[in-house]
Amino acid sequence: MSKLKAFARDIRIQQMKEFKARGFGHLGGSLSITDCLAALYGEIMNVDPKNPDWEDRDRLVMSKGHAGPALYATLALKGYFPLDVLLTLNQNGTKLPSHCDKNLTIGIDMTTGSLGQGASTAAGIALGLKHSGKKARVYLVVGDGEAQEGQVWEMALFAAQKKLSNLILFLDFNKRQLDGRTHEICDLEDPAEKFKAFGWHTVRIPGNDPDLIAATVREVQAAQGDKPGAIILDTEKGSGVPQIIEIELNHHITCSPELADRIIEELEAQKKG
Amino acid sequence: MYKVIYNGEMEKIAGKAVFGETMKALLAEDKDVVYLDADLMNSVGTAGLEVQFPDQAFDVGIQEANMAGVAGGLSAVGKKPYIHSFGCFASRRMFDQAFISIAYAQLSARIIGTDPGVTAAYNGGTHMPFEDICLYRAVPGSTVIETTDSAMASAILRQTKDRKGLTYIRLSRKNLPAVYEPGSTFEIGKGIVLRDGKDVAFIAAGLMVAEALKAAGELEKEGISAAVIDMFTIKPLDEALTLEYAKKTGAIVTGENGNIVGGLGAAVASFLSENYPVPVVRTGVHDRFGQVGAQDYLQEQYGLTAAVLVENAKKAIALKS
Repeated sequence: MSKLKAFARDIRIQQMKEFKARGFGHLGGSLSITDCLAALYGEIMNVDPKNPDWEDRDRLVMSKGHAGPALYATLALKGYFPLDVLLTLNQNGTKLPSHCDKNLTIGIDMTTGSLGQGASTAAGIALGLKHSGKKARVYLVVGDGEAQEGQVWEMALFAAQKKLSNLILFLDFNKRQLDGRTHEICDLEDPAEKFKAFGWHTVRIPGNDPDLIAATVREVQAAQGDKPGAIILDTEKGSGVPQIIEIELNHHITCSPELADRIIEELEAQKKG
Repeated sequence: MYKVIYNGEMEKIAGKAVFGETMKALLAEDKDVVYLDADLMNSVGTAGLEVQFPDQAFDVGIQEANMAGVAGGLSAVGKKPYIHSFGCFASRRMFDQAFISIAYAQLSARIIGTDPGVTAAYNGGTHMPFEDICLYRAVPGSTVIETTDSAMASAILRQTKDRKGLTYIRLSRKNLPAVYEPGSTFEIGKGIVLRDGKDVAFIAAGLMVAEALKAAGELEKEGISAAVIDMFTIKPLDEALTLEYAKKTGAIVTGENGNIVGGLGAAVASFLSENYPVPVVRTGVHDRFGQVGAQDYLQEQYGLTAAVLVENAKKAIALKS
């Protein structure tokens, strides 16, 4: 197993511990973006967990803010804060709320949760860095359901117009949202075609392989010229955990200790196998 | 320090010219100042700044929600954004973005809403913000300012450059009655006593300040002594001054160019009812939508005149127990 795949597995183990401790949460969409986070924090991003406010760091904006638990697990494994803090997810007075909050959690670059808004703040960060002559890059994660928000497409026009070549958007195309299948509710059709039409350098790849995601980021950065980059990740809601994938409406679900333990056990077994 | 020059005459220079000059000066003085507009630069005197300051001034296009979010992101990397649209769009059209991506995220930006209340005139009801003050007052930790004339607008734009959090500044593009000498400075959060009095106190903002000065002059002829306070900082309210004049006059009349629901009058009345109950009569738009028309016609329609302030002063005095 590659280093990045092992990191992704560990992120899944740690987020299942978060959900086990609280008993419920946004499992489907946290799991589906895990391989992307493993690629970003395992290889791509120029960050320093010991200096989380470093002004030249790369930024991640998790616009689908409900995937906080996946990001918290990633940050804890990177050493931003101790692993046992993960067990406080959504507990009273916690530093780890269900949606990302930059003022509560060390390592979170932007407060998100009202869908569509992280898209614009990421563009603002990219604009500010670019016009200050900074080399830092901005990574933005947008959900496919979230892309039903008009604000995402306002930003898509804006980022292309302002030549935000320091920005890469990942679309977590897991094809499900809270109420059901995205194509039955408000279909995105082919999101790659849409981002291309908006003037973005766009590629579409399987979203469950962190090594492929990391390699694709490098390729996009080499090829995007003065365009913002979009990487459409074909994922599954619940990716990497069959027991969660098979729950049709898995956006926000309960998670019994028994189920969590079984999942953790199977993920741990991958280490030996 | 400020100097009062009020004599009933209008400003010589339109608010938008002052706004454009002030933004230009701010961009030149501080490279961290950023100006964003949503396709209204030609309307507000800032056209050309995007050419002169290509790293600091940006026309984002007609997308106010995105503009507010971009401002949050710019603040997150140390910039000092000023963002502008008409007051209706600068409040209703981007309220959740201003609330979450700026205020809740503990970032800082100055949101400029122009054409307050009836000054939207010929743009009509769709463009006539009566509720922007109410909306932004409801954001925790916000600052809400309505400038009285362009001398004050210029000063407030400069004085809020480094202010933390969300600051909403409601200002006019047009010529207003001149109240302050250009070059004046102001203390944010402190009302200004423009005229002292002992029978009743007007607490007003925006174009109602000049109306209140007219009303006080009328009342004087009838032997009624009316104070006039310019409460340009609507939030945080100058509670000490409000209390002082409630005690001194025992009757308060508020005046605002917007809905009385949640505005300056509501702020004054709720503060006094909990601390020193005296009659408070609110002058403003009584829960109605805007409409098209000349500004003087609209001021008559909605009761935003010195004559209504005079009536309300007598009503407040009569309510004293």
